[in-house]
Amino acid sequence: MEKTVNQRAWFLVIPVLILVAFSSIIPMMTVVNYSFQDTFGGNNFFWVGLEWYRELLRSERLWDAFGRQLLFSSIILLIEVPLGILVALSMPKKGISASICLVLMSLPLLIPYNVVGTIWQVFGRADIGLLGRTLSDLGISYNYSQNAFDAWATVIAMDVWHWTSLVALLCYAGLRSIPNAYYQAAMIDQASRWSVFRFIELPKMRGVLMIAILLRFMDSFMIYTEPFVLTGGGPGNTTTFLSIDLVKMALGQFDLGPAAAFSLMYFLVILLISYVFYTVMITADKDEAQS
Amino acid sequence: MSAAKKNASARKPKVRLSVVVMIVYLLFLLVPIYWLVIMSFKSNSEILGMFTLFPADFTLKNYQTILSDPSWYMGYVNSFIYVSLNTVISLSVALPAAYAFSRYRFFGDNHLFFWLLTNRMAPPAVFALPFFQLYSSVSLFDTHIAVALAHCLFNVPLAVWILEGFMRGVPREIDETAFIDGYGFTRFFTKIFIPMIAPGIGVTAFFCFMFSWVELLLSRTLTSVEAKPITAIMTRTVSASGLDWGVLAAAGVLTIIPGAIVIYFVRNHIAKGFALGRV
Repeated sequence: MEKTVNQRAWFLVIPVLILVAFSSIIPMMTVVNYSFQDTFGGNNFFWVGLEWYRELLRSERLWDAFGRQLLFSSIILLIEVPLGILVALSMPKKGISASICLVLMSLPLLIPYNVVGTIWQVFGRADIGLLGRTLSDLGISYNYSQNAFDAWATVIAMDVWHWTSLVALLCYAGLRSIPNAYYQAAMIDQASRWSVFRFIELPKMRGVLMIAILLRFMDSFMIYTEPFVLTGGGPGNTTTFLSIDLVKMALGQFDLGPAAAFSLMYFLVILLISYVFYTVMITADKDEAQS
Repeated sequence: MSAAKKNASARKPKVRLSVVVMIVYLLFLLVPIYWLVIMSFKSNSEILGMFTLFPADFTLKNYQTILSDPSWYMGYVNSFIYVSLNTVISLSVALPAAYAFSRYRFFGDNHLFFWLLTNRMAPPAVFALPFFQLYSSVSLFDTHIAVALAHCLFNVPLAVWILEGFMRGVPREIDETAFIDGYGFTRFFTKIFIPMIAPGIGVTAFFCFMFSWVELLLSRTLTSVEAKPITAIMTRTVSASGLDWGVLAAAGVLTIIPGAIVIYFVRNHIAKGFALGRV
């Protein structure tokens, strides 16, 4: 399916461009400006060049947080994407049960981030929460505010609970858009369930799946409110992710310069990883189209 | 005959497996929500003092606190106004753009497409201050439209991306046939194309609504009194005497309801799927 070259298509894109540029480029430039300067309060800024960047790259605390962040995002993607696909495939196709499933599944997505953290904070407590209580009744010692492993397990469970439905809903919508003729053709060919999935459903889901993976990567890499409310970055520093560190610096210590430099590097890392992923997906798409 | 039989017998356990998967998954989702809901019917002393699966001392006081106080319930109204505005703006600019991306090749298209998404990647904590300065300078501070516009930053790229995915699934032959039949672009777009991608629009509208609804940092920064969203008002339950768990839980339950209504309305668009034979 070759696209035609048509420069007039720009006119269709211009409204989006203006709207997004207004709220993205101007604030971004302000942040870039901060990152090269230092201030002692008020409006007195002076130029420090790349000093903040150099300092941050030497900071061990930052690298530790970065490592934790990478680990967290990888675990999240490895759990949520396959689980989301599985759920999308298992959902009823039509009727009242499909409606019920859709509404129920979307519930966690609609809960504001700070409430999500609060729910799991109470839910996991061994004295008053259902999860904590059940686990300790089963004889498993569980305490997310003391034990690093439990804290990680709780943060991951919370994120899976919160966001798997996003992947599932996108995949489900992608699956619904496959014409029935494809399935009928597969049935005539007596294709196995696996090959239906591999050669019909997966390629048709590729577009929405790419969005789902990119969204989950970016959002999990910038996760802030939920783990902050749940564990506050503890015990110790074990669940201090990059954004928690960043906010500590920006709001806690009012170091606008280093915080701006930090957030720009943060942004560049996300940009780089997403770009690599995007390029890989696009190339795979082209190969598929050619073969 | 035997093949059909084999097919039927092979299908049966799979159907059951998918039901099991769904039930387990929904239970996993609903148990924490159940905990939130029953918490909202408990008094604070019961929440913190004992472990009960069902409120022993059923109370509506938490809801009463919220629904009788304008500074609480106006938060829902404010949130709803800017979220709706945002969804309408995002969809109306994203639809033509997504069509352009899915159908045509033009100067810088791939880079532009990716650039759109990069706007979602900026960690918001530090961008809050520049946002505040920007919207104050155009005197939009503390208005619903300011929050709606600011949320376009992450919703418009998302809308373009999701819609493009759906539009790519529509065969180009449909466009070409319509143009040959003498449809102009606008009429083709509104009469034929938009109904065809209705499921995609439904999903996109839902996601725009959702991301705008739960966002806290920007909406809190850009408002003070007139347009203060419910998520910001909720943080007020933290007081010197600790958290008011009951009221917080009740407010949480009430934030789920509007979104649940929205998904109820778009569910058919999501579930209906494509009807390729209709054109």
